[in-house]
Amino acid sequence: MEEVRLMKGNEALAHAAVRYGADGYFGYPITPQSEVLEELEQLRPWETTGMVVLQAESELAAINMVYAGAACGKVVFTSSSSPGISLMQEGISYIAASEVPALIVNVMRGGPGLGTIHPSQADYFQAVKGGGHGDYHLIVLAPSSVQEMCDFVWLGWDLAFKYRTGAMLLADGLVGQMMEKVVLPEPRQRRTEEQVRQQCPWAINGRKGMRPRNVITSLELVDEIMEQNNLRFQRTYREIEKNEVRYEAINTKGCDYLFVAFGSMARICQKVMEVAAEEGIKIGLLRPITLWPFPSKQIKEAAAGVKGIMVVELSAGQMVEDVRLAVECRVDVKHYGRLGGIVPTPEEVLDELKKQFAIGK
Amino acid sequence: MKEEIVIAGFGGQGVLSMGKILAYSGLMEDKEVTWMPSYGPEQRGGTANVTVILSDKRISSPVLNSYDTAVVLNQQSLDKFESKVKPGGVLIYDNYGIHTPPTRTDIEVYKIEAMEATFELKNAKAFNMIVLGALLKVKPIVSVESVLKALKKTLPERHHHLIPMNEEALKIGMGLIGK
Repeated sequence: MEEVRLMKGNEALAHAAVRYGADGYFGYPITPQSEVLEELEQLRPWETTGMVVLQAESELAAINMVYAGAACGKVVFTSSSSPGISLMQEGISYIAASEVPALIVNVMRGGPGLGTIHPSQADYFQAVKGGGHGDYHLIVLAPSSVQEMCDFVWLGWDLAFKYRTGAMLLADGLVGQMMEKVVLPEPRQRRTEEQVRQQCPWAINGRKGMRPRNVITSLELVDEIMEQNNLRFQRTYREIEKNEVRYEAINTKGCDYLFVAFGSMARICQKVMEVAAEEGIKIGLLRPITLWPFPSKQIKEAAAGVKGIMVVELSAGQMVEDVRLAVECRVDVKHYGRLGGIVPTPEEVLDELKKQFAIGK
Repeated sequence: MKEEIVIAGFGGQGVLSMGKILAYSGLMEDKEVTWMPSYGPEQRGGTANVTVILSDKRISSPVLNSYDTAVVLNQQSLDKFESKVKPGGVLIYDNYGIHTPPTRTDIEVYKIEAMEATFELKNAKAFNMIVLGALLKVKPIVSVESVLKALKKTLPERHHHLIPMNEEALKIGMGLIGK
């Protein structure tokens, strides 16, 4: 069995990428995710697997390097934090339109603007509703532990290649900076050029006289063709919605109140549930793991029979909109959030739940 | 078993690394662990603190409002965390530079002179291991053996000759309790 290690989320992510057999990382340092690049520099994978690790001159350069690598069928990724991810939005939209698989990691910090360096979840809208221009989606995975920071790198790439789409790992400063136990997967070899050609017949890696020319572009000036392209993207998104919804349900059966929370806030809500259980308040937790596709059906089912739902997120109220849609406003959905890098304590969340639902009054 | 600990002091006192060693020692004993630092600009000369949780079961929140044990190493940290120790919990503080000592009577309070001991030892780097020794004397949440095992595991080979010095520092720390 693989040994258990103690690592920060950001460090585990770097190890997971090398072990997946990644071909390249392109990034620019920013708190609270700088350990990703630092750990990759420590690991020196270019000496072992041949993986490229490059500090780009800017986030714009980094995302376009990822775009280019992905167009060649390579396993590539970038990581940044909120302001840096904003800078990458043009490239992300191009990646979506070009139907290339890429992994983008956002370890969120408090915004808007340069904001703070402390945890936030206020990039939810940006991640799940677009961010860049045009009708597109990223598969968005929300890790809530160091182990998931590791596992979702693999899952993200698997899904990105399966659907030829961008995948985003949407973490926050807390999950990135915290150290926990982690079991790393067995390392894999990077794919050979032949394997890349087999897996990605669409990639631009030289036709060598063997096949028709591949073209990767997001530009299509004939409207009718561009509409067909869009319809093809939409068909892919419907497939993803059908197959890839992931979530965790804890104590949702027979609970009186339901928390919906992701990432670090889901961890804090679990503590609230422990404390509340001692007071006889039964709370369940539905934790979306994929923020897109969103587990609407599962939330609706879990909400049947509850007195109320509280969405707890490190934002002024973003995911709460999707929860209200999921339950078609038939259940009372409240929201609690702290802003700008402040993380609420479990006691604070419990007090808020009692206050908003007038429990014990 | 579950122990929720906060360690707080000045940046540079070895607060985060003391927490790390404690977390690693928990790992050596197959416990669940989380280590959650306060990070950012406040590390540079300001106050630094870290929450370490050791448990037999899956750990929920890495962020807490109250603690079983607080180890505080300067006045600001004492002011901030004295009120956050659970009733019946433990507060260990280093006396150096403290002008307003703790006043709570519903918790166990231990005053230690780890900084003084560091001066005697003429080794400022031993400070956090002395404090860890004191903590483990009051609350033997992990064995000294596990701490040494953790050090061996986390220190690069070229620093392994420093392990006996760390063991010595742990013992000095343990001796500070009940002095």
